[in-house]
Amino acid sequence: MSINVTLFVQMLVFALLVWFTMRFIWPVILEAMEEREQRIADGLAAAEKGRSELEAAATEAEGIVSAARDQARDILGKANSRAAGIVEEARTQGEEEKRKRLESAKAEIDVEVNRARDELRGQVAAIAVAGAEKVLAREIDTDAHRELLDRLAADL
Amino acid sequence: MEDAHEGPANATEYIVHHLTNLHLGEGFWNLHLDSVFYAVALGILFAASFRFAAVKATTGVPGRWQNFVEMMVEFVDTQVRDSFHGTSRLIAPLALTIFCWIFLMNFMDLVPVDLLPEVGVAMGIEYMKVVPTTDLNITFGMSISVFLLMIFYSIKIKGAGGFARELLFHPFGKWMMPFNLLLKVVEELAKPVSLALRLFGNLYAGELIFILIALFTLSAGGHTLTETLLNLASPATISYLVIQVILGLAWALFHVIIITLQAFIFMMLTIVYLSMAHEEH
Repeated sequence: MSINVTLFVQMLVFALLVWFTMRFIWPVILEAMEEREQRIADGLAAAEKGRSELEAAATEAEGIVSAARDQARDILGKANSRAAGIVEEARTQGEEEKRKRLESAKAEIDVEVNRARDELRGQVAAIAVAGAEKVLAREIDTDAHRELLDRLAADL
Repeated sequence: MEDAHEGPANATEYIVHHLTNLHLGEGFWNLHLDSVFYAVALGILFAASFRFAAVKATTGVPGRWQNFVEMMVEFVDTQVRDSFHGTSRLIAPLALTIFCWIFLMNFMDLVPVDLLPEVGVAMGIEYMKVVPTTDLNITFGMSISVFLLMIFYSIKIKGAGGFARELLFHPFGKWMMPFNLLLKVVEELAKPVSLALRLFGNLYAGELIFILIALFTLSAGGHTLTETLLNLASPATISYLVIQVILGLAWALFHVIIITLQAFIFMMLTIVYLSMAHEEH
């Protein structure tokens, strides 16, 4: 065992190896690792961003839905009151119509009754005259008593 | 296996054979071919496999290998960030290289002690030490490199004057200058020395224990496979074999911790020492 030229050969080989590692191995691998680290960090950040965006979108959607629900309720309420209004109006109109019809019918009936009464009165007068004629055929001159009979008929 | 090499005659020969490097040249120019070969091969294995992950690195879902590599990078990066408070593009890749490379070199200790040397013998290579970190040249090569970086950063951050002041005027003020210098030099030199010797000692001892465990059935080794099998047929040898397997397994399991721990310690101390070099006192 002695110290000899092997030592210097070893130093040379060592220097070459260290140089090679420093030049061709270490930076390349470290760079790849750092790049991956960066990519992972970016990915995590993107995921976080996506998550918060999703949350915001969900909140927004919830807002829209509740607004729509309020609106629908509003519309429904309005529609209901409007329908009630229409029904009420129709009823009033109906009542009005009924009343009018009733009145006109009554008036017509009155007219008819008066007409019938007049007619009846005329006929009664005629019958009465006919009866009276028959009874008084001989006694009363129709022409002589016409004024009296007419006055009678008018009183009926 | 007809002209198999001569098996070791005795335990001493076996151990010495295992602890001898395959070398080229003499004296200072002695080059440990096996240590350098395995160190370079494992270094290339580390660099190539991590480079593969780096090339294929995707910022999307990572594959298994990329995942592992990123785990290592993250682990080292955390250690560096915890201990080192300056900015340096060198420290973290340096720490990663140290940890992975030393771990791989230590891991060679878990390969059965005779496997690769025997393959080498079959290919005509007489000696082979497969664990580069059991070679002082390898551990000192790394720790001295780290030491040079420490000096470089000390001067770069504090300036030559600042570094000199640190050497001369601490811890006892200017009247104790020579004593301060001596103390500081010892303190600084202790860092690379302890770094190298700690790693070397742990791995050398571990390797030695594997070799010792392998001695149990050394006597059974014959010149041919048949001879070996015949030798193994005796009850005594079989019981030795059982003991060897159990001890080998136990030590290997324990050693898994040691090799990882030693790689980690070397890395951590490198970070700490370089961090100290960056700090003003």
